[in-house]
Amino acid sequence: MNTPKKMIRVANAQGFWGDSLLGPKRLVEEGPVDYLTFDYLSEITMSIMQKQRMRDPESGYARDFIKMLKIIMPQCKDKGIKLIANAAGVNAPACLAATKQALSEIGLEGIRIGIVEGDDILDKLDVLTNAGEELVNMDTGAALASVKNDIISANVYIGAASIVEALQQGADIVITGRASDPSLAVAPLVYEFGWSFEDFDKIASATVLGHIIECGPQCTGGNYTDWRDVQDFAHIGFPVVEAYEDGSFVVTKHDGTGGLINVESVTSQLLYELGDPARYLSPDCIADFTSIHMAQDGPNRVKVHGVKGLPPTDSFKVSMSFSKGYKILTTLCISGPDAIEKAHIVSDMVFTRMKMLGADIPEHDRFLELFGSNVLYKGIVESPDQPHEILMRLGAKGMDADKLNVMSSEIAPVLTSGPPGITGFAAGRSRASEVVGYWPALINKDKIETTVKVEEV
Amino acid sequence: MEQKQVKLMDIALARSGDKGNGSNVGVIARSPEIYAFLDKELTAARVADHFSEIALGGVTRYDLPNLNAFNFLLEESLGGGGTETLITDAQGKVHGLALLHMEVNIDESLLSTIKHD
Repeated sequence: MNTPKKMIRVANAQGFWGDSLLGPKRLVEEGPVDYLTFDYLSEITMSIMQKQRMRDPESGYARDFIKMLKIIMPQCKDKGIKLIANAAGVNAPACLAATKQALSEIGLEGIRIGIVEGDDILDKLDVLTNAGEELVNMDTGAALASVKNDIISANVYIGAASIVEALQQGADIVITGRASDPSLAVAPLVYEFGWSFEDFDKIASATVLGHIIECGPQCTGGNYTDWRDVQDFAHIGFPVVEAYEDGSFVVTKHDGTGGLINVESVTSQLLYELGDPARYLSPDCIADFTSIHMAQDGPNRVKVHGVKGLPPTDSFKVSMSFSKGYKILTTLCISGPDAIEKAHIVSDMVFTRMKMLGADIPEHDRFLELFGSNVLYKGIVESPDQPHEILMRLGAKGMDADKLNVMSSEIAPVLTSGPPGITGFAAGRSRASEVVGYWPALINKDKIETTVKVEEV
Repeated sequence: MEQKQVKLMDIALARSGDKGNGSNVGVIARSPEIYAFLDKELTAARVADHFSEIALGGVTRYDLPNLNAFNFLLEESLGGGGTETLITDAQGKVHGLALLHMEVNIDESLLSTIKHD
């Protein structure tokens, strides 16, 4: 049995797949922490991992995590720091095997690894739909039938309960597939404080905590509007949260690190990717962001309390990806005078020549962005009449990759046969790449069974 | 009362990200008094007009008075969504700053409610 503690420190060491590998190392070395969470997964990440697994059955998980373990685990063992990571992606067995291998390579023994499975429902889609799960697209209302044969991956956002179970079985490292981002942080609090999952205010508070730290330094001054107030971006501190038994918590970072934590920087992250603030849906609860109270609690410390929660809905969110044809994108620089006008001529040239070669791209599948002409702030700020240079991003979409690839052979010739002042083809020929569509849906919770296995190495 | 034209940047902060084929823009007023001003000024219709060439499916506003903040959902603003779009800002990362370019007329007295650290 764990003895309830008054306060535990939870830190998020990876905000996404590809985040700085310095994050976990610095969190472990530069100050106290009890739990490290690693949030690797997003919709796009899941589909990339699935594609990797189709090419190589041994891949499809966050290899970064394995590299990281070798660096930090000796210290984590000494200090009693536990790790919770959704590193398994779409291949839990391979991730588990790689984890064991990594620990044995550095000669660490007596580490308990917990693995949570059951989020991947790709193989069960037929059974589930036959049992009445419609899996209509949450955003568009479209029926699954239109994409069913093209589905590449299907994963359920599971909650904190299975992670808690792994911790109860003594896991030092818990690896999951598609657990919801905030659930990674909810689990250690439930485990350490012995909370009930029906204490919805506390679960909601932990969910808010998890939401604040899930993108790493985006709550400690990264991507912050008043960036001139932020100290030392290079050494920006990853978030560390002091969580208390009553559900309140303080967002902070290790002393001596860069960044900025104030009410505004934490609020900025609270608003990130938010829908209806009164109903933030997670598998563990519905959190009400309009109930959150926040106050400065010293330099680089923000206290959060008063969060209200409601019971979770009876469905899990399912994230599916499906094959949706191909896209190609290629870039060229065009200098002035008349750069914009010349860019349009070049674009027309390429699509006309593609048509002459039998690769006719319909108007709605063509894509043109002229960088330097207010592509990002379209219609919002005034654009310069005559930029001295334009970066042309020319692209197309379609079901036939070969047809799209004609673009790559017809783009460079415009340098010698088009208007003057065209350059910057150093990147070479681009190739059509697969387009992955995203299909969000809901599934009844009682249709999903998760399993927890803990083993010692 | 003296009116002054300012950029939203001077009186608010923002953060944005993707929501499927749409994006969200969170806005934080720099003081409770400015929140009350923006409550009237920064309507969903005004924001939709500002983003008329980007948010092709309209704009919804949600309020978080406890945080002096608003959340705007921009529909159909990402050219098909993060996984399939060809646009550079595939996740609406810059939509926050784009909103802060908006100009508003504000009573000068309200500007003194902003605290400077």
